[in-house]
Amino acid sequence: MNIFHLTLLSSFVVVPLLMLVVLFLCRNARQARTVMVIGSSILLMLAMVLTLLFVRERAVSNAPMLFVSDLVWYAPLNIHYSIGVDGISTLMLLLSAIIVFAAVFSSWQMNRDYFLWFCLLIIGAFGFFISTDLFTMFMFYETALIPMYLLVGIWGTGKKEYAAMKLALMLMGASALLLMGILGIYYTSGAKTMNVQTLIDMNIPLMHQYWIFPLIFIGFGTLCALFPFHTWSPDGYASAPSAVSMLHAGLLKKLGAYGCFRVAICLMPQGAHELSWIFITLAATGVVYGAFCAVRQTDLKYINAYSSVSHCGLILFAIMMLNETAMKGAVLQMLSHGLMAALFFAVIGMIYSRTHTRQLNEMSGLMKVIPFLSIIYIIAGFASLGLPGLSGFVAEMNIFVGAFEHDDIFRRVLTIAATGSIVITAVYILQAVGKIFYGSVTNEKHRQLPDAFWYDKVSTLILLAGVILIGLAPFLVSGIIEDGLSVFQLRI
Amino acid sequence: MSISLLLLLVPLLCFVVLGLAGHKISARIAGLTGTAGMCLSAILACGLACRYFFVDGKSEGVYRSLTPYSFEWLRFSGSLHIDLGIFLHPVSVMMLVVITLVSSMVHIYSLGYMRGEKGFQRYYAFLSLFTFSMLGLVVATNIFQMYIFWELVGVSSYLLIGFYYTRPAAIAASKKAFIVTRFADLGFLVGVLLLSFHTKTFDFAELTAHNAALVVDSATNVSFMGLSAASWAMGLIFVGGAGKSAMFPLHVWLPDAMEGPTPVSSLIHAATMVVAGVYMIAVLFPVYSFAAPDVLAFIGYVGAFTALFAALIAIAQTDVKRALAFSTISQIAYMMTALGVATQTDGTGYTASMFHLFTHAFFKALLFLCAGALIHAVGSNDIGKMGNLRKYMPLTHLAFLISCLAIAGIPPFSGFFSKDEILTAAFNNNRLLFVVLLIVALLTAFYMFRLYYRIFAGNSRNYEHPPHKSPPTMRFAMAALAIFVCVSGLVPFSQFIGVDGTSHETHINPAIAAAGVVAALSGIVVAALLYRNSSGRAAQIAARFNRLHTMAANKFYIDEIWIFFTKTFVFGFVARPLAWFDKTVIDGVIINGAGRATEKIAHLIKGLQSGQIQFYAFIFVFGTLFITIWILLV
Amino acid sequence: MIPMEHYIIISSVMFFAGIYGFLTRKNLLAMLISVELILNSVEINFSVFNRYLYPENMEGMFFSLFGIAVSAAETAVAIAIIINVYRNMHNIDVRHIDVMKH
Repeated sequence: MNIFHLTLLSSFVVVPLLMLVVLFLCRNARQARTVMVIGSSILLMLAMVLTLLFVRERAVSNAPMLFVSDLVWYAPLNIHYSIGVDGISTLMLLLSAIIVFAAVFSSWQMNRDYFLWFCLLIIGAFGFFISTDLFTMFMFYETALIPMYLLVGIWGTGKKEYAAMKLALMLMGASALLLMGILGIYYTSGAKTMNVQTLIDMNIPLMHQYWIFPLIFIGFGTLCALFPFHTWSPDGYASAPSAVSMLHAGLLKKLGAYGCFRVAICLMPQGAHELSWIFITLAATGVVYGAFCAVRQTDLKYINAYSSVSHCGLILFAIMMLNETAMKGAVLQMLSHGLMAALFFAVIGMIYSRTHTRQLNEMSGLMKVIPFLSIIYIIAGFASLGLPGLSGFVAEMNIFVGAFEHDDIFRRVLTIAATGSIVITAVYILQAVGKIFYGSVTNEKHRQLPDAFWYDKVSTLILLAGVILIGLAPFLVSGIIEDGLSVFQLRI
Repeated sequence: MSISLLLLLVPLLCFVVLGLAGHKISARIAGLTGTAGMCLSAILACGLACRYFFVDGKSEGVYRSLTPYSFEWLRFSGSLHIDLGIFLHPVSVMMLVVITLVSSMVHIYSLGYMRGEKGFQRYYAFLSLFTFSMLGLVVATNIFQMYIFWELVGVSSYLLIGFYYTRPAAIAASKKAFIVTRFADLGFLVGVLLLSFHTKTFDFAELTAHNAALVVDSATNVSFMGLSAASWAMGLIFVGGAGKSAMFPLHVWLPDAMEGPTPVSSLIHAATMVVAGVYMIAVLFPVYSFAAPDVLAFIGYVGAFTALFAALIAIAQTDVKRALAFSTISQIAYMMTALGVATQTDGTGYTASMFHLFTHAFFKALLFLCAGALIHAVGSNDIGKMGNLRKYMPLTHLAFLISCLAIAGIPPFSGFFSKDEILTAAFNNNRLLFVVLLIVALLTAFYMFRLYYRIFAGNSRNYEHPPHKSPPTMRFAMAALAIFVCVSGLVPFSQFIGVDGTSHETHINPAIAAAGVVAALSGIVVAALLYRNSSGRAAQIAARFNRLHTMAANKFYIDEIWIFFTKTFVFGFVARPLAWFDKTVIDGVIINGAGRATEKIAHLIKGLQSGQIQFYAFIFVFGTLFITIWILLV
Repeated sequence: MIPMEHYIIISSVMFFAGIYGFLTRKNLLAMLISVELILNSVEINFSVFNRYLYPENMEGMFFSLFGIAVSAAETAVAIAIIINVYRNMHNIDVRHIDVMKH
């Protein structure tokens, strides 16, 4: 037992917990904000330090997980609080820290109660990524979901009660499937343990994989907007306050994708292989379908929500391709989409707070009025349509090259359909950009809008930096990702 | 060879500086910075070309390909990886020179043309970005690097077409250009993926090595729907090239792209970016000719058809820039046809295509710059509003005349030499295409001189203000390009560029040259007869072929067909039903339906929880009795 | 000596009369009386079984006494509730006492 390891990773949960406690003592929004800024900066630094330490430690160690530690929590059922990270979860932690940092700055106007739920949510997210035990994973997963209901239901806009209820119920329903799946794994693997690293060496009988795999994949997949379980996301995002949309699209969807990979694929590779045709079809449908639906939307948030259905479909598509290149693409897409979606929702929130509308036909010529935000939006749009030099391209190319490694007509056709979505992406992105930023200002009220405030700039620029960094220097992260995939490679 | 790297980095640096700090510095300094950077690049490119062609490049009579820089940017799997680097071979070095020269002229020209425009700094930043991307494209070491820069030139073209972002037409045009080329790029991407699946490499040097043996071995044996995998891959890659190079039916974006500032049209949509497709096929030529000769033949026919088609449309256009745009399409199609009739053994077509690319870049850029000067002076694109401008703008007139003669193929101007080589190549390989190309040559001379006479001859119109002379920067750029146009045909091109890297001697075949010149002259004569004096004869003829003329003026309704296809079919029959399906079926029936079903069931069984204690007791008692009896009996 | 069955018949009749009354009477007081009937029938059973089957022990008797005490307390509480209900609603019909439900 290494105390350093325990504290290093646990601090990702402990810091938000402390923030939560201190927030209770705050008396006004200003103090709450200070707490959040300090806390999220600490988290960001922790994540960066962790990444550096990970790279250093990886050079000398071959263990599948690093910084492992384990505490018995409930002995009769063999439940442990066991934590550890590999390349993928390290990057996910870094991504989460960046998004949390940005989200704090883009919820500058919010009050203390909002931040309380916010902290609870990030405890769940961070806890999920550090866990290597199915039970704690599940617990943190639920911890992240519940605050979402309140954040959308209380601080949202529009049909917020309906959206919050739909979101919460669909995700809870999915987590019920997940719980069944986890229990299935627990009893059929023969190990009576929930530790992922132990389970990975056990063979769950194929017969059982046939029913457990779909449960787990759909359970986590719903959070990653797997078609046809995606409809919570457009309504949810449209109603949520912008910072919550950022966290949800940027962070929580990645929980789903990460879970699909870490639990569904890693523990049940044969089942995944046998059933891949179903889920590839669903995911590819989602990719094209989301893109086409986005073309028809008139609300900026709906456009990006459907776009996120399309992009997340691509993550699941890549995961189900079950080869290293596509998997790497999936992880890159997780990072890229996380940053990009957060950036989109941040900018949309900022535009909305100025114009009080998100309808395409009620805005035009904003480039003249708020150039900074417009340019950021356009760059995010370019990243979304896969422009080289920005993160989306790198991820998509890995996915497509990986998908093309399969030589059967079925996968070829679906891959080509998925590639086709990049054209449709261009259509809806440029359509929106053309309508709201170009042209001349038609709405008199929009002539005098303030451009980005300093906190808006902090929030968007850090996300943008991530997008550009991955886009220009993918080799920085691809090495770390490959590390996490090596375990998986051994299993196939 | 470190200058090759430097010559790429200078425009990139200009882009970064102007993009980030552009709004902090004055327009004048920004423009001068961009221009100075570009001129430096041009000088470096010329130096590089001298080094390559006369010192480093040649060994044992063959121009070798050099890779001075290359590093692994992204690794996909064991053998597939994207490298970024610099790959020098005769064609890419030639392209470097053309791009940097035209670009620096356009930079200089824009100092005058764009003066006082809002967003001057942004304009120069985008120009630098474009030049960098285009240079990156031509020095690509592998097909994926080409794809990367291919997309980047696409986006810089989008940004520059939409430079006047308050004009609805410019916004629509930029969007159209991006989406059409993007659609074509889908073919490119899938083609690249397919090719790399079989060959396990993206690298140009490996793909083309030993007469494309790698591709022939791995990808010609697999067939799908009657065509080999190599044919599929190369055909799809050609689709990408056809999109960028505006081949029928993907040409629709180019005429609209004329909404951008005129110097941009000159640089991007005439001289450099639109020939990217031709360049790509030239780089992959061994692969085409050995692994997919059927596709190569197809390219020839597509090219010839497009050349004829665009030339017919150009005759009926009244907007000077659009007429030039169709002329560009036609001339690029000429280059495509030349590649289509080339073979590895008879490389005349290959050399001719590259030669025409080289000369066309200069004379077409010059034509656009002249058009810019005219528009600048008259304030309209419409040739109906111009006339007798010879009197007001002698320098522009001279430059325009030179380039018209060049494009028509009159000796000794540059177009003659390249066009003659193309005709020779076509004559030797495919007589049908030769005839088509000859007709196109005639039409080209005709529509160019139609423009010439209607702009510079005839009666002067009632100008709102007398057409003023262009600023010195613009005149300098036009003069310099005019000199290039005059001399570029005299370059012994086949000495430097041949299909297998060797030098050849070319001889002008008198019969073919005579045929070409006669065709051109007859075109000029007809144009002179019809348009020299503003007599009504042209209008009468147009009226006689009313239907044909209307169709040509409306670009044969290809745009309308595309709009029908996208708006009605894709949006109407795919996107709208899907959005409806999502809202009503998935969301309404399944998700909300599950919610309603739950509510309904709850409503049904709610009655059981009546709150009446006696009812509960009743259930309790009879339940107990029931269970007791059950246990006793079973 | 009276046979045991007679006691049991009496207590069964009382028990089911009580249940019937509890299920059918709508007046709270009548329901309370029915509950008392049920309780008392059970107490008779306790006493009888104790007397006839285990005459040397006294647990059954004690239990009956205990039950009587409990039912007395229960009756006191129930009547207090019923009085309060009556004060609030002017009615002790169970069909009308459903304000908590709404």
